[in-house]
Amino acid sequence: MNNDLILLGHGSGGRLSHQLLDDLIIPQLSSVPVKGQNDAALLNIGGVKLAFSTDSYVVDPIFFPGGNIGDLAINGTVNDLAMMGARPLCLSVGFILEEGFSKEELSRILTSMRQAADAAGVAIVTGDTKVVPKGKGDRIFINTSGIGALEHNLQIDGASARVGDKIIVNGCIGDHGIAVLSAREGLEIDSGIKSDSAPLNGLVTGLLTLGPALHVLRDPTRGGVATTLKEIALQSGVTVTLNEESLPINPGVKGVCAILGLDPLYVANEGKLLALVAPERADEALEIMRRHPLGRDAAVIGEVTETSAGKVQMETLVGGMRGVEMLAGEQLPRIC
Amino acid sequence: MNYSDVFRDKELVQGLAKRIADLTRGRTEPLVFMEVCGTHTNAIYQFGLRSLLPPEVRLISGPGCPVCVTPNSYLDRAIALCRLPDVIIASFGDMLRVPGSSSSLMEERAKGADIRVVYSPLDAVQLAAKNPDKRVVFLGVGFETTAPTIAGSILAAKAQGLSNYFVLASHKTMPQPMAILSADPELQVDGYICPAHVSAIIGADAYRFLCEEYKVPCVVTGFEPTDVLQGVEMLVRQAIAGESKVEIQYSRVVRWEGNAKAQAMLADVFTPFDAPWRGIGVLPGSGLRIADKYADFDAELAIPVQVEELKEHKGCLCGEILKGKVSPFDCPLFGGKCTPESPVGACMVSSEGTCAAAYKYGR
Repeated sequence: MNNDLILLGHGSGGRLSHQLLDDLIIPQLSSVPVKGQNDAALLNIGGVKLAFSTDSYVVDPIFFPGGNIGDLAINGTVNDLAMMGARPLCLSVGFILEEGFSKEELSRILTSMRQAADAAGVAIVTGDTKVVPKGKGDRIFINTSGIGALEHNLQIDGASARVGDKIIVNGCIGDHGIAVLSAREGLEIDSGIKSDSAPLNGLVTGLLTLGPALHVLRDPTRGGVATTLKEIALQSGVTVTLNEESLPINPGVKGVCAILGLDPLYVANEGKLLALVAPERADEALEIMRRHPLGRDAAVIGEVTETSAGKVQMETLVGGMRGVEMLAGEQLPRIC
Repeated sequence: MNYSDVFRDKELVQGLAKRIADLTRGRTEPLVFMEVCGTHTNAIYQFGLRSLLPPEVRLISGPGCPVCVTPNSYLDRAIALCRLPDVIIASFGDMLRVPGSSSSLMEERAKGADIRVVYSPLDAVQLAAKNPDKRVVFLGVGFETTAPTIAGSILAAKAQGLSNYFVLASHKTMPQPMAILSADPELQVDGYICPAHVSAIIGADAYRFLCEEYKVPCVVTGFEPTDVLQGVEMLVRQAIAGESKVEIQYSRVVRWEGNAKAQAMLADVFTPFDAPWRGIGVLPGSGLRIADKYADFDAELAIPVQVEELKEHKGCLCGEILKGKVSPFDCPLFGGKCTPESPVGACMVSSEGTCAAAYKYGR
């Protein structure tokens, strides 16, 4: 096999993405040794602690049930900052537009961006626009970068999971991926599922009151809950045990996944977070989430059971036990 | 509770597992049952069913994944076709990562070949209608469950008068490889978990000759956890009683005679032929090629192309794994040189492949 080319799977957020980062990008670009990968960089500039993150958005189709590329671009970067426990302050926006793209559609996207930024309480303070010839892009790509303020001394990152921690998710998993998939050309499925795209910083503000009992925050975007938990397990050197019965999943998502042979554990989310919380404060964390509009369906889905080299396993619906690995390649449809 | 939840009931599943344990307790030799459908392979791993069974019952996987049994030579031809400038390849997603002799369709797509993932062969027919200046080749792979839909696409293309829709057909049919495996002295199979949806098409009667000639129990089994365990229990009971007959566990879907309409469609569009199976070899009458009267739609005949010389991958145990002789964990390449992102053998590619399922769920 020829390994010289970038494949679509390198952008899946799963194992191939990790390999590309570890083998090529980080060794060549990073000026400091990178220990694990978090959603944002933490900076200390003259005694002021900041979180800094960037993300590019290439979703297809650009409009989908529950949102569009614009609000996704705001919420995604806001959430990356929030997952470090930072308070998002301001964003930059870069557009790459394809010649011939409709101004009306651009305007709709901008309106959603404005609304999403207002809802998250962040300012869009700088930006850039480039246009490429027709056929050299796909209508619109957006990059956003963001800065957030770190106003606490807590250690919240992927390497901080401890044995006993409860794993809490703030609601149903897989909505975003299935909403986008259902809207994709050639797959006329009316699943009724809407993207969960939403800013999570408000929810995080509530969780920060847990203090040192809050160990890890992560948003399970590309690669889904399975890939994110595997990352945490590897970073922290622990075994995560999930309970399939307790996973909150919309019946529509279950249905589409069953038809297409997908596993909801690997389907992308854009308004979900996983919180790993010390067991004695887990009930309180659940309460905090359920009081928030974005956490009504919050549930404990598993716990950290032992120290290990980094393993995720799941007690299945029927009481069996199986391993859970990172997403490999792209999520592919079944063949028969 | 919805329809599928009923078949995933924890108490029922655990009750079945206990019954199987009670029936087999104290056996010195384990009973070995083989499933020959990729969806069974996946369900057994996905629900962790092996962990619920006693050591006296072993489940092994046979040649049930259509992608996995597709030989390199087929991939090489598909790759040669995709390199033609006016060809669009349409395929189910799983085929894209399967390595051929020196490349894969995914790699060719990264180099610029026009390869589209479709969810139904009828989407490929539409693609042909929309692109009259291109030749659209659908990769027709699969067992009797998939073959009727591909027959349907050829009939649809004919009805629409399309002359730019082709199928590269490599369909496999089920009971024959089970006879080969049953006759293999190196392999001990005490019963078959027969495929669910393949049997809905071909009918449970198709397995009778196996019971008669090879004295091996056969149970047509559904895909849900309660189905699989009930099927296993039925096999255990037959094995203990020394019986060998066909039983239908999946009676809510499968009939003895199968689906006559689908069978007629297959008989019209396809002709049985001696098909090559990866790792197993050429089996008489074990595949379907496009019938002569539909030869205009046969990519192999209608689009001549130079195919590269066949190269098999060294050290890959896919063939032995497909026969159930070794488990993925016994393969020296498993998890090291051969992973889902960089597969050496086809069993690591498809979501229904034994190695891919073992990699994803089993460790």
